[in-house]
Amino acid sequence: MTGGRKNGEWAVTAPTFVWLTLLFVIPTFLVFTIVFKPSDPYGGIGSGWTLRTLFSLGNPNYPAILWRTAWLSALTTALCLALAVPTGYCMARTDRRFRNTLLLLVIIPFMTSFLVRIFAWKVLLHPEGLIKRGLVLLGLAHSDTSLLYTPGAVLLVMVYTSLPFAILPVFAAAEKFDFHLIEAARDLGATHAGAFFRVFIPGISRALFTSVLVVLIPCLGSYVIPDVVGGPNSEMLGNKIAQRTFSDRNLPHASGLSAILTLAVLIPMVWVVLSQRKRETGGGGSILKDIV
Amino acid sequence: MADFLEIEDVSRHFRNIRAVDHVSLTVRKGEFYSLLGPSGCGKTTLLRMLAGFERPDTGRIRLDGRDITDLPPHKRTVNTIFQNYALLPHLTVRQNIAFGLQVQKKMPRKEIDEAVDRMLSLVQLESQADKKPGLLSGGQKQRVAVGRALILQPQVLLLDEPLAALDLKLRQKMLMELDLIHDQVGITFIYVTHDQGEAMSLSDRIAVMNNGRIEQVGKPAEIYEAPRSSFVAAFIGDTNFFEGQVLELVGDEYSRLNISGFADLVCFNDKKISAGNPVFLSIRPEKFHIGRNRPELSPKHNIVRGRVEDIIYLGGMTKYWVQAEGHKISITRQHSRFFLDEEPIRWNDDVWVWWHADDGFMLERYSEADENLVSLPPDASGTAETAQ
Repeated sequence: MTGGRKNGEWAVTAPTFVWLTLLFVIPTFLVFTIVFKPSDPYGGIGSGWTLRTLFSLGNPNYPAILWRTAWLSALTTALCLALAVPTGYCMARTDRRFRNTLLLLVIIPFMTSFLVRIFAWKVLLHPEGLIKRGLVLLGLAHSDTSLLYTPGAVLLVMVYTSLPFAILPVFAAAEKFDFHLIEAARDLGATHAGAFFRVFIPGISRALFTSVLVVLIPCLGSYVIPDVVGGPNSEMLGNKIAQRTFSDRNLPHASGLSAILTLAVLIPMVWVVLSQRKRETGGGGSILKDIV
Repeated sequence: MADFLEIEDVSRHFRNIRAVDHVSLTVRKGEFYSLLGPSGCGKTTLLRMLAGFERPDTGRIRLDGRDITDLPPHKRTVNTIFQNYALLPHLTVRQNIAFGLQVQKKMPRKEIDEAVDRMLSLVQLESQADKKPGLLSGGQKQRVAVGRALILQPQVLLLDEPLAALDLKLRQKMLMELDLIHDQVGITFIYVTHDQGEAMSLSDRIAVMNNGRIEQVGKPAEIYEAPRSSFVAAFIGDTNFFEGQVLELVGDEYSRLNISGFADLVCFNDKKISAGNPVFLSIRPEKFHIGRNRPELSPKHNIVRGRVEDIIYLGGMTKYWVQAEGHKISITRQHSRFFLDEEPIRWNDDVWVWWHADDGFMLERYSEADENLVSLPPDASGTAETAQ
């Protein structure tokens, strides 16, 4: 009996396994390997092995860029969640007839090209753009301050592009959430806010985790947004990787930076999943099941 | 005893539906009070107004002399046991029971722990204390819900069909447990149900609701034996309805009735319905006697001739359907022994059916719902389902 079930499990998980191996494990492994290869002058990979790239990653510019990448991504994630949770909550509580309309409004940006939307922001934030002139008119900004090419602009556009990805999981969980539980908490003496934080937030915690992942990970690797609306003081790791690949044509160095990024995401995630598994004895499976 | 919970002229509309329509009730302290009615009759809306989840359009609600109409749920000394229990899935049994005390921050942590331990033992869940609700059985979940509410020592405990999710055997067990808990803690219970059996067996008093209104308030026996409307008569237990007219009053308390096909019926008429008025005569199936020989009867008995159309053996009793002068009469008889002394009644037997004048009651026709009851085929009009 047990043998048969084991075989069945293998059959079911085999496609996922093959998919992950081909598209994730092997490419990642290649990236990690190239770090230890010399670069060749034509932008390819030379033969033999070397530790040169590894030492060159100690470039004194990198810690600042790495730090900026981390805080911009973390702040984007935090702002997205802060906006997504009330939005998802309200959407789930609206009448069913309006709910689909609201959902459509969240999804509509996806129908326009990602690049076009970023360039639209460039127009809006431009010194002669609508937002800038409006702020100056209201006396909220000096006409000399630049909105564009700042970390603030990068943050704004990253929040804008990531927000739907944060809202959708929260909404999906909120829609399934049993709002009788909020009533029960209120009945037991919790205030509105108390019921929200003690019952609703724990109830959608898995969706929150999903939202964090789908916002944080693309943000860490973002490259187009800082390239278009950011300036030299808002460069992120993704820009450096692109620069090493396209301008310097130094693939091992680009691989080295990519490896740092990959490890920066993988190590905390593995830690979270493992600690989750330890906590949930009997609760069934890891949080990643919901995401993958 | 003074009125403890007063509901005064309370109404609630949803769009153009009158969920609760000018309801007034008073509940005494410590009473086990049931709101009984078919689904959609407004009983749950009334309960939600007591809990504070709905605001009445009109009217006031007073608890222990204090107006609580506009108080939010968390400020009311009223707790609810929800139909699906609404246990917090991310907390253990212990944390669920402690939840109310924790959010209200009324006492230090150590005292909360002690109170939770006492409550766990009252609801007999000590061994399940660290489990999450998802791992509990239906009966255990319900005990958590009871414990979670009682630990706050509410003045009134509201129960919203708490047994509906349980299977029959468990329901009977929990019924007895609820009764026991009510006796132990002595707080006022308001129990919403559509199950007349539950309401009958637990309640001190029952309010029967229909279409957002109270049809009748009374002790279980009053409601069963002397229903004030045809709705109550049909909803509480089975009954036979005969449509007719009052012919004349006989003495102080009786009337002669004209019902098509039946000659000369006498019925108890405590409501003093005067001659000429259309009425329903309602007689419970178990009040009839049935036999093949005509018995000697006092003048206060009525007797009619009929033919047995159907017999259903139900174990504890037997149900007969008798066709008599165009009326189909449902009769249930308990049998005292398996081997009867006389030959049992069989299909197509000609029988006599008789009943005492005091066992029938007359009801005035006054609501639309009553009209619906009459238009149904006679073999269905006696069952509770048709009232919904």
